[in-house]
Amino acid sequence: MTVLDTPAKEPTITPQLVADHGLKPDEYERILKLIGREPSFTELGIFSAMWNEHCSYKSSRLHLRGLPTKAPWVIQGPGENAGVIDIGDGQAAVFKMESHNHPSYIEPYQGAATGVGGILRDVFTMGARPIAALNALRFGDPAHPRTKHLVAGVVAGIGGYGNSFGVPTVGGLVGFHTRYDGNCLVNAMAVGLAETDKIFYAKATGVGLPVVYLGSKTGRDGIHGATMASAEFGEGAEEKRPTVQVGDPFAEKLLLEACLEIMAAGCVVAIQDMGAAGLTCSAVEMGAKGDLGIELDLDKLPCREEGMSAYEMMLSESQERMLMVIAPGKEEQAEAIFRKWGLDFAIVGHTTDTLRFVVKHKGEVKADLPIKELGDEAPLYDRPWVETPKQQRIDPASLEISATIPGALERLIGSPDFASKRWIWEQYDHLILNNTVQRPGGDAAVVRVEDGPKGLAMACDVTPRYCEADPFEGGKQAVAEVWRNITAVGGTPLALTDNLNFGNPEKPEIMGQLVGCLRGIGAAAKELDFPVVSGNVSLYNETHGRGILPTPTIGGVGVLADVEKMATIAFKETSEVILVIGETTGWLGQSAFLSEILDREEGAPPPVDLALERKHGDFVRALIADGLVSAVHDVSDGGLLVALAEMAMASGIGASLLAEPAEVNPHAFWFGEDQARYIVTVSTGEKATVLKRAESAGVPVAKLGSTGGDKLTIPGERPIVIDALRERSESWLPIYMGAGMM
Amino acid sequence: MKAAVLLFPGSNREGDVARAIKHVTGVEPAIVWHAETALPAGTDLVVLPGGFSYGDYLRCGAIAARASIMDAVRAHAARGGLVLGICNGFQILCESGLLPGVLVRNARLRFICREALLKVERNDTPFTRRYGKGAVVRFPVAHGEGNYTADAETLARLEGEGRVVFRYVMADGKRDDTQVLNGAANSIAGIVSEKLNVLGLMPHPENHVDPLVGPTDGRALFESIAGMLEKA
Repeated sequence: MTVLDTPAKEPTITPQLVADHGLKPDEYERILKLIGREPSFTELGIFSAMWNEHCSYKSSRLHLRGLPTKAPWVIQGPGENAGVIDIGDGQAAVFKMESHNHPSYIEPYQGAATGVGGILRDVFTMGARPIAALNALRFGDPAHPRTKHLVAGVVAGIGGYGNSFGVPTVGGLVGFHTRYDGNCLVNAMAVGLAETDKIFYAKATGVGLPVVYLGSKTGRDGIHGATMASAEFGEGAEEKRPTVQVGDPFAEKLLLEACLEIMAAGCVVAIQDMGAAGLTCSAVEMGAKGDLGIELDLDKLPCREEGMSAYEMMLSESQERMLMVIAPGKEEQAEAIFRKWGLDFAIVGHTTDTLRFVVKHKGEVKADLPIKELGDEAPLYDRPWVETPKQQRIDPASLEISATIPGALERLIGSPDFASKRWIWEQYDHLILNNTVQRPGGDAAVVRVEDGPKGLAMACDVTPRYCEADPFEGGKQAVAEVWRNITAVGGTPLALTDNLNFGNPEKPEIMGQLVGCLRGIGAAAKELDFPVVSGNVSLYNETHGRGILPTPTIGGVGVLADVEKMATIAFKETSEVILVIGETTGWLGQSAFLSEILDREEGAPPPVDLALERKHGDFVRALIADGLVSAVHDVSDGGLLVALAEMAMASGIGASLLAEPAEVNPHAFWFGEDQARYIVTVSTGEKATVLKRAESAGVPVAKLGSTGGDKLTIPGERPIVIDALRERSESWLPIYMGAGMM
Repeated sequence: MKAAVLLFPGSNREGDVARAIKHVTGVEPAIVWHAETALPAGTDLVVLPGGFSYGDYLRCGAIAARASIMDAVRAHAARGGLVLGICNGFQILCESGLLPGVLVRNARLRFICREALLKVERNDTPFTRRYGKGAVVRFPVAHGEGNYTADAETLARLEGEGRVVFRYVMADGKRDDTQVLNGAANSIAGIVSEKLNVLGLMPHPENHVDPLVGPTDGRALFESIAGMLEKA
């Protein structure tokens, strides 16, 4: 292995080199017009980093504008490292979800680990201490040869990073579908706690202030993504390293503590973590947001390897690094804190009043660009799109169903999507910080805020089948589902973060999915007062020309005034009345039953009536607050019977169920996925009160049966033994992963 | 009682254990930085918390065992002072020679976070006086390298001297070394020093002290320590 003493001569700019940087000819023309000359090699790299899809949102920006982002409790909406909401008592929740899909498919452990690292950094960059992490994972068909390897690696990577960093991983979802065979999804969410008057932003203020580099050293990892051709870089093996970054949770833990300490000491004017596009993106954002120029001297940059070029330093995505503007006269204090934690601290530049982004290296100016235009003038596309054709409603009577109701339930419970994910979440430390009031396995995780009694409820969800069949309804449903999850534990939903995972937006039908889902998300967020405060877009999730299912993962956060009043899904007592809130029409289109039992993914997905969602949700939340219900579960995919089975398995208490109403097809009744529904249990003493409240609120309620015994029984059907059902649920994943039953 | 919780770079349960001590005993422990050379005057109890000291990139606890503060901890232990090492703290105690044996990767090579059942093998130590002898308690584990191992002679000595204080057991309250969650020899979860003043254990009593969060079986461990020190 040769170490290059001096960087190779910079290549000349050719159309091929421009294309290799992922820039289209018209985008390059835009650059020439903007700067009035040919860019240097380093400048070309900077433009490609700033103007790629990931950083510029050039395909989605136009449509993201339609999302509701404001509410009286929103302190910071999209555009910063994370969203910030007021949760009362001078406290703020800071949160965001972000994807790390492509790297996780290439190198599952490091890809997932650095995904977690990136999102944690986004949260503590804002001055918040992370208090919870969640993740939404999508893998291919379990039978696909790569799936098991990806599950093992991604889960180990998430655990490896979060466990060491010291944040509890409290919830999430895991789904399998053949459409993710070539592109797994790793969407990581983090939630942090800060004081409302101590939030830190990227916006720099003040001319001539030091720009400080903190954290780990810069190496050649992560330079420029997989599209970069290697020929132009020279022959050294150094340049051919994989483009996936390597995470160091220990360094991140130190960075967290050091950052919070220097923030508390009043040293920080502006702060931005180095994530995608590393130093380039963070420096440009700090300057552009503050209407300032930034001048960097790369000779001062802490580097891990010798002979790194300006180009490499500007585009490295080495992890666990921060850029800050330090308050006048605070350099020494800040440096002492960083030295104490054993981290690098270097003044690498200063703010200017020129609005130029100037990069110097070895006495040469490697880049001199207009700082605001780097972001503001990024291409914006109104890509052509077509609406997804509507599908017909499925008539249950038209289906030939041979499975019995108990048989279908057993198959669903033992299927990859429904089976217990214990094997996964037991690899995540979900208890550290001693505030996990509701552990994984319920509708939403609940984390106590400091010593309580307040708590935060958080969940993430989306039903990609619905989104593919009807992007608008699917987008609405994803938001409604998360809102319902938070409601079902007793929380008041406050705001959401969206992680939009789609295929190639240059295809009109894929663009149509993105546009449709965004409209649906926007409509639901508006109607439910559940604004979007942060998010991330991941496009080009395609392999061999086939895109993933449209997967706009929604992560939501809500607040509980008193965690002692929180609801859980487990049945609590025998002889309690089981009620379903909301109407059951037996909607089987795009249901899990149709997919898993009949192997058909078709029909219109269930429509979402947002006014009903709100009415039913508010009704259930009030029942929980008033202590009138003992167990609560939202009804989602799998329908009533899957929800009932989950309540029974969580408690060991069974239920005697009433026969389905004559006007609804039995399978459709038990497995249909009508929206805006919850199952609650009430004591016989409270039943009349609850029914009366429902009547006066105009909320439909039906009795499903009563709790008791160790089986689920439906008249005329074979009883379903809870222990055996649990065994099915618990055994699928360990057996699949070849791990035995431990 | 005066308690000190050590803080190494990469520790991450120092807050949990400090909070548990405060919650159960009312005493606010001092947080002591690894680079210090002395414990606060009058320290009765030293706690080595869980976490990933120095990233645990080398053998777990190996670097922390060589931190400046550890000489003071060894001296404190030699004087008969109480030392409690939980999880990474247990690993550090083994690496620093205060307890025998070593903790290696879990038998199934995966990190495990779940509630574990433990049998309290003796209740005449400063850490377990408030438990019934033979009581089965529930503490969570959260570790990737909690598989206790020692040579046959050491194991025989530990068993002979009754120094195994906590042992993993199955739902029926009996130990099963073939099924133990992390593969630990003799299902060992926690051991004490010869003089009974140094306890190392993998599970986390500090995470089971608050009924809102889970069971409260961990409380008695901190009550035992505080009660012992009050008497003294």
